[in-house]
Amino acid sequence: MNAAPSPPKKLRVATTSLAGCFGCHMSFLDIDERLLKLLDLIEFDRSPLTDIKHCGPCDLGLIEGGLCNAENVHVLREFRTHCKILVAVGACAINGGLPAQRNHLDLRDVLEEVYQTEHLLGRGGIPNDPELPLPLNKVHPIHEVVKVDYFLPGCPPSADAIWKLLTDLLAGRTPTLGHGLLHYD
Amino acid sequence: MNANNIFQLDGEDIPFRSGQTIMQAATHHGTYIPHLCWHPDFAAHGSCKLCTVKVNGRFGSSCTTEAQPGMNVENRTAELDDKRRTLLQMFFVEGNHFCPSCEKSGNCTLQATAYELKMMSPHFDMFYPDRPVDASHPDILLDFNRCIMCSLCVTASREVDGKNVFAMGGRGILGRRIHINSESGKLADTDFAATDRAASICPVGVILRKRKGFAVPIGERKYDLAPISAQVKEAAP
Repeated sequence: MNAAPSPPKKLRVATTSLAGCFGCHMSFLDIDERLLKLLDLIEFDRSPLTDIKHCGPCDLGLIEGGLCNAENVHVLREFRTHCKILVAVGACAINGGLPAQRNHLDLRDVLEEVYQTEHLLGRGGIPNDPELPLPLNKVHPIHEVVKVDYFLPGCPPSADAIWKLLTDLLAGRTPTLGHGLLHYD
Repeated sequence: MNANNIFQLDGEDIPFRSGQTIMQAATHHGTYIPHLCWHPDFAAHGSCKLCTVKVNGRFGSSCTTEAQPGMNVENRTAELDDKRRTLLQMFFVEGNHFCPSCEKSGNCTLQATAYELKMMSPHFDMFYPDRPVDASHPDILLDFNRCIMCSLCVTASREVDGKNVFAMGGRGILGRRIHINSESGKLADTDFAATDRAASICPVGVILRKRKGFAVPIGERKYDLAPISAQVKEAAP
């Protein structure tokens, strides 16, 4: 009856980079000393920061990057299954971004040019190891495959924008970005 | 100005001169009505529908509706801004709008309007249309991926430059596009010049000057400094 109240349960957060460049994760780390404050409130599940390979039940999932291959789709669906709130972080997750610049090209032409025909590039033919995920015909943003709860635009979103999203969510508020934090570039 | 020439815009008194549209009067007064295809220097086109307001309870384009005394006009209501955001999302998915690699980012009317209306995602499935660029001209690059069909370049070239370089043509969402008025269809084979009014009219990143890239860094550009709704006076007619 008189036991000390247990500390509030930490929110469990998973992050991943699909067809992205890890720039959004770098921007996440850019919140600097606020990371220490954050770690009092959250714990990480699957993330490049923990090297946990599969996502368990989580309160929040942060997805960087769009979908360029079959594995991206599997990982995204795993996140959607296990995360109560899923956030698309950065331009690539939101509209395909830089990887989607291949979308007006034929995939076979791209692979042949890179691995076979282009001088100084083509070495050994198109990789076909069964371990390699197959590329998708086109790169897609993640909202075309799963329901996404919130979007955080930017290339990358600034550390302040990421911090605003996290603190809003931790406080139980709908995240909002004012002028200067909402950027597509 | 006639003292009776006043209408209400979101409860605010807006004075106007006879013959002015709601958009002209509001802009002159410094009140922002979201818009893309309207430009103070040219006759209204009325095509983007972003400036749709409610006039005495009925929808109308503020750029083509003449102001009348006593009108009650709704502008920045949740209902209208929701519709505007949906229109913007359709603009973003039907073109290839990749802001991080666009030289117009930060100075772009489409982007600034989307910021103003808090557009967080394209919402719809992307079209990823195939729209080749035209880099044939020695001084100007045309990147049609970003075209929103506002036709301001068509009007500016015809009315100010007297050249008739551009035209709207084709049908359907993927067929309609800007055509170049030359046998080859290339800009290099027209009399277009970098000093033309049409060269500086594009609200998005289609008509770009070559060798002028990123003179002002991202983050220090027009709409990085202040939202588009706070820069209305500069566009006043």
